[in-house]
Amino acid sequence: MARSTERQQAKPHLVEEWVGRIYTFLCILLLIVTIFSMVYFVASKGLSTFFVNKVNIADFFTGVKWSPDGVPPLFGALPFIFGSFSTSILAALIAAPMGICASLFMVEIAPKFGRKYLQPVIELLAGIPSVVYGFVGLSVIVPFFRNVFPGQGLGIAAGSVVLAVMILPTITTITTDALAALPSGLKEGSYALGSTRWQTIYRIVLPTTLPALLTGVVLGIARAFGEALAVQMVIGNAPHIPHSLFESTSTLTSAITLSMGNTAMGSAQNNALWTLALILLLMTFVFVFIVRWLERRSKI
Amino acid sequence: MKAKTADKIATAAIVVVAGLIIAILVGMLGFILVRGLGHISFHFLTSAPETIRKGGGIGPQLFNSLFLLVLTMVITIPLGLGAGIYMSEYAKPNKLTDFIRLVVEVLSSFPSIVVGLFGLLVIVNLFGFGFSLFSGALALTVFNLPLMVRITEQGLKSVPREQKEASLALGISKWKTITSVMLPYALPVILTGTILAAGRVFGEAAALLFTAGMSSPRLDFTDWNPLSPVSPLNPFRPAETLAVHIWKVNSEGLAPDASEIAAGASAVLIITVLLFNLAARWLGRLVYRKFTATK
Repeated sequence: MARSTERQQAKPHLVEEWVGRIYTFLCILLLIVTIFSMVYFVASKGLSTFFVNKVNIADFFTGVKWSPDGVPPLFGALPFIFGSFSTSILAALIAAPMGICASLFMVEIAPKFGRKYLQPVIELLAGIPSVVYGFVGLSVIVPFFRNVFPGQGLGIAAGSVVLAVMILPTITTITTDALAALPSGLKEGSYALGSTRWQTIYRIVLPTTLPALLTGVVLGIARAFGEALAVQMVIGNAPHIPHSLFESTSTLTSAITLSMGNTAMGSAQNNALWTLALILLLMTFVFVFIVRWLERRSKI
Repeated sequence: MKAKTADKIATAAIVVVAGLIIAILVGMLGFILVRGLGHISFHFLTSAPETIRKGGGIGPQLFNSLFLLVLTMVITIPLGLGAGIYMSEYAKPNKLTDFIRLVVEVLSSFPSIVVGLFGLLVIVNLFGFGFSLFSGALALTVFNLPLMVRITEQGLKSVPREQKEASLALGISKWKTITSVMLPYALPVILTGTILAAGRVFGEAAALLFTAGMSSPRLDFTDWNPLSPVSPLNPFRPAETLAVHIWKVNSEGLAPDASEIAAGASAVLIITVLLFNLAARWLGRLVYRKFTATK
């Protein structure tokens, strides 16, 4: 008798346990199903450019002329690919030194002041929505470039400056964490040998944390590569490869943003836009694998 | 002597760059607030936008943004908590779990525009929800789930091992341990992270262009029946949010005061995000103090 009441008391807990277990498992299952269906749907749409609309793959990736309404319609996506890579890499070239300097300042030079003022500033920058960056770029940077350099001010230069400010927090946060995680014994050893702070930084701190610093930079490039609206607002949106940094051009994301709403589902032009989205998707995988590879090489 | 000079030069350079970053942020915030604050008025915040005339407001957009935020978080929080609990407590350390971790990492780094396109294809067209707040909320859920999972995992990791083991040693089931011992302890971390994620939802635009739509139907703010098509509470109506509105006004705005509207709306957006940021810190600290009885 006593045993059976004991079992009855244990039962609700068992039921609860299983409900919880199954619920959490369903949540994670949903996440996995979502990502697989995402890859499947985007890929099936994106690949139909080549299999249904019979666009030559080599022509698509090397063609420099994008005129979907022409006769015959031409789908050369190279200008968009070029635009995306050039803006995001330029942005990283601007933002990476700044971000690394900021984190050196916060960790090595003035930890108190840095934690108190610079860190909140960086966190705030991270929270600002991308359209606001686009708006500021459009009303400050573009007019400035128009006055100083020949051209309309729109283009790769304006795009990469806007993106640089945008990815600065990403890079800074990750590099700061990396620098702070460095065992203090390494630095103290260097100081004990009589080296100056700068010698310690560039002989000890930077080389040992290099993989982590590069992780930050790659994540920054990944974010810049996928950013749509802020870039679309300042890049000019002309579908060809520019001759200068201040000439209107396009990126993968800006082309999708502009044309996806105006094309009919299933048309050749629409499918071509999905192919651009597929390129974005595949690049995300590439970035994730680079980051993983860098993390494995971490020396700490 | 030479090494010391190099050290001084390098230090100066680093300090200058750090100062430059602060200057950029202060300049940007200052620019937006100075340009925008003058345009913010009660009328601007509550009236409907005008297409070609002066004096349009952002009332419906502001409401849509807030409503979408609530809808998204209502869907995201239970799913994210569940998935996070699974990853941190139930997942066994094996190949499958590593793979799931990779999947979550990939999902969190997908560009938001791709998430929006997926929403267009699957939620809007395949499931037939159309351009609606609900579609937008689902797309943003996809976009925010990985973040929520990571936040939950972080929170649960911060629980001291002894506390968890003491509960298990008392014969309390694992699920009960998680919900009544670990989650309360992890609450400050989860709460702070969730509010910051909410700030991200509020400012997101690219994922919404093709899911929540770029237009707002005429809304009747006296009709609070969620089933009526003109009611603001109807989740199945197209809705343009504040961030989308800023983008649209900048790229195709016809109103003569388009740039003032964009400035005002940007200022509203920034102020809201700042409030989220402050609220997250304050609330996190408050809850932490309450639960741990520290000062």
